[in-house]
Amino acid sequence: MKRAFPILGILTALLLSYALYMALIGAPTEQTMGNVQRIFYYHVPSAWTAFILFFVNFGASVFYLIKRQPAADIVALVSAEVGVVFCTVVLVTGPIWARPVWGIWWTWDMRLTSTLVLWLIYVSYLFLRRFSSGGQTPLLAAALAVLGALCVPFVYFSIWFFRTQHPQPVMGGGGSIDPRMLHVLLINWLAFSCFAFLVCWSRYRLERLQRDVDQAHALESLLDPRGRVR
Amino acid sequence: MRGNGYLFAAYAITWIIHIVYLGTIVSRYSRLKREIEELKKSGVRSQT
Amino acid sequence: MSVPTGITRATLLKDLRLEWRSKDAINSMLFFSLLVVVVFSFSFDPSAEESRQIAGGLIWVAFLFAAVVALNQTWAREIRNQVLDAYRVSPAPANSLFIAKTLGNFIFVSVLEALMTPLFIAFYRLRALGPVWQLLLVAVLGTWALVVNGTFFAAMSLRTRSREIMLPLLLFPISIPAILAMVQSTTAILNGEGARFWIVLLVTYDLVFTTVCLLLFETVLNAE
Repeated sequence: MKRAFPILGILTALLLSYALYMALIGAPTEQTMGNVQRIFYYHVPSAWTAFILFFVNFGASVFYLIKRQPAADIVALVSAEVGVVFCTVVLVTGPIWARPVWGIWWTWDMRLTSTLVLWLIYVSYLFLRRFSSGGQTPLLAAALAVLGALCVPFVYFSIWFFRTQHPQPVMGGGGSIDPRMLHVLLINWLAFSCFAFLVCWSRYRLERLQRDVDQAHALESLLDPRGRVR
Repeated sequence: MRGNGYLFAAYAITWIIHIVYLGTIVSRYSRLKREIEELKKSGVRSQT
Repeated sequence: MSVPTGITRATLLKDLRLEWRSKDAINSMLFFSLLVVVVFSFSFDPSAEESRQIAGGLIWVAFLFAAVVALNQTWAREIRNQVLDAYRVSPAPANSLFIAKTLGNFIFVSVLEALMTPLFIAFYRLRALGPVWQLLLVAVLGTWALVVNGTFFAAMSLRTRSREIMLPLLLFPISIPAILAMVQSTTAILNGEGARFWIVLLVTYDLVFTTVCLLLFETVLNAE
């Protein structure tokens, strides 16, 4: 198990480098937007990865509510954190793409708005985890995660209808995609998914270690210097 | 093409965000390792 | 089914009676309503035509703040007198307590809204072009959406540091689809346009979140 991590790390690094090369050089240049369109190969895979991670958070939270296993709680925490990181990337690269193409930094278009609301929901989840005290955190967080996940379809529906009533330019372009571009997109998605998996694994190990140390501290304060219970 | 500046910025900031996050994981990890060493030392002392 | 409803009614009546006797809450709510509307009038001073476009948003933001004020004190009395511990130990179903609290909050916030609405109408010279009963329906559905989630998150916030800030922090993001629906439907009805999609969305939202909050409340109450 221990050797798998560095091996996967190297493979992921290679995959990411290849994906980067394809995004910058391998993929054909888009007609209307030019090279700026290549941001797409980082923006979209980050979004997909974030959505998958938030879905994992939902699954882990439901599992925790039913089985109360600490490992599930850690998975929920990790997937939410890493999901927020990827979501942040989406929200930052979006405007950087929008500015040269549309001349504006932000537009309340369907995709960006939904992503922003998603980001807000999971950041509030992380706040709850940070601000609640020890024993109750896993249960409270799991309950919030379920509510947040159930909110997601409502977010998409409401913003979709809002946008059909007040149309705005759509970021990321609609319509069909050149198969060569799709190929590069999928490669980048695969690379980022492997990367996300490794980050989650590292964060999981860290959290596990942190909880073991906390437990050791708690035990230490219970025992006196001669190893007897106080 | 001015577009290239934005392209570079987008890719750079993506990796900056990821590296900062990984950095926090790594620094917390090394701090924990140090704590474990301390715990082990005091554990040895309490056994004698 | 008679014991749970009995508990719900008893808790609700107790809360209402306590508030009515103290009159503190009612007086402060009256003054709060007036203050909110006046501040908004100074911040947004549109002509009669524009006002109908933005009134929906203004009114609901004002109601949202009123709701947070009401929600933050939901469990205050229970904590002061260690009532929650008694509830946890008793065989009474947690849901009865939740429904009672939610209904109580719904009534309080509705009273606030009823006080603020005539002021808004007067200050902004509002006139609904669409059917008024639809506005009432939206008000009821929207208020319930805020209050059911708010009461749930208020119970959650009890276990956190910075209790008062945690409530809006948790409530606002999840309420965004409902808030969008409330604002858009109100604006549409004021302008004589259709609001059917938004009303259906609100009904669905209310059903889903009421159910889930009821299912999860026991877990949150007993979390230890």
